[in-house]
Amino acid sequence: MDLTDALDGNAIGGLLYEIFDAEMTTAVGICAACGAAGQLAEGVVYLRAPGTILRCRNCGAVLLAVVRHRELNCVDLQGLAALEAH
Amino acid sequence: MAGTAVRGRLTWQVAAVDAVTDETASVRTIQLSVPDWAGHQAGQHLDVRLTADDGYRAERSYSIASAPGEPVAITVERLTDGEVSPYLTRELRPGDELEIRGPIGGYFVWPGNDGTAPLLLVAGGSGVVPLRSMLRHRRNSGSTVPVRLLYSARSLPDVIYHAELDQPSRGVEIIYTLTRIQPPGWTGHAGRVDATLLAEAAWSPAEAPVAYVCGPTPFVETAAAGLVALGYPAQRVKTERFGGAEPS
Repeated sequence: MDLTDALDGNAIGGLLYEIFDAEMTTAVGICAACGAAGQLAEGVVYLRAPGTILRCRNCGAVLLAVVRHRELNCVDLQGLAALEAH
Repeated sequence: MAGTAVRGRLTWQVAAVDAVTDETASVRTIQLSVPDWAGHQAGQHLDVRLTADDGYRAERSYSIASAPGEPVAITVERLTDGEVSPYLTRELRPGDELEIRGPIGGYFVWPGNDGTAPLLLVAGGSGVVPLRSMLRHRRNSGSTVPVRLLYSARSLPDVIYHAELDQPSRGVEIIYTLTRIQPPGWTGHAGRVDATLLAEAAWSPAEAPVAYVCGPTPFVETAAAGLVALGYPAQRVKTERFGGAEPS
């Protein structure tokens, strides 16, 4: 897999489930940078950044970053103004 | 906490390999026996985790190839420089065990009861895997929703599930395009999925179709943008991108 491969949020359904203990690909996130609302499945995902990165498909801002150290997930949600699971 | 898993939570579990089937020279279907499987929907995934002797772990997400109610199966394409797929497609044998968790995902899912809205499935390479689950689910559930599968593959021997797809099925049209090599006398399409082919193969937006597009990222971007340009509302074009594949 190329470092620059941009996937989408479907690819991190398992990781999101692990973090939130719920199905999150259909959760709607609001981008803190541009205000766009979208299901997490629609976001742009980089699996091999330093950590896992989910970016806004509208403006490219980082919505969510996850770095795993041993069995611990360090989760940065500062790019999300809101997140609502269904 | 091991041993305290609550049903409904997503936990790693050990599945047994029941059967392996070669689909093409580089693609294999692996049928699993999963003791605690809550059932899946067409289009969902499962994660596979391999652990090396030194404790190093690699996880990958694979689309489920079988329909709801059928034994769990994944179809895996071998990537030349892959960490996980060479093991799954070359080494794994019936009787072996595999750590998995699932089902996963709710976005790229065909629930199966979408009224009479026609279904458009667009596949690039092994992007056909979750769409095959949808086709089987349609068949098994007796759905009469008209469906077209537009399937782009490099060549005829690269077509996954070829025999199954070529079985005539009422209300199902399969449209192939071969991007690199066409056999002598080939009467299907040649070349990549583009605006012209989409205009020819896709349902008219007036029929309120629902589209599922799955393939390598550039393929999905082109196909989804093409459908929106044809007049499909963006929210009726579900997309799923995967990486690492050879260009199709």
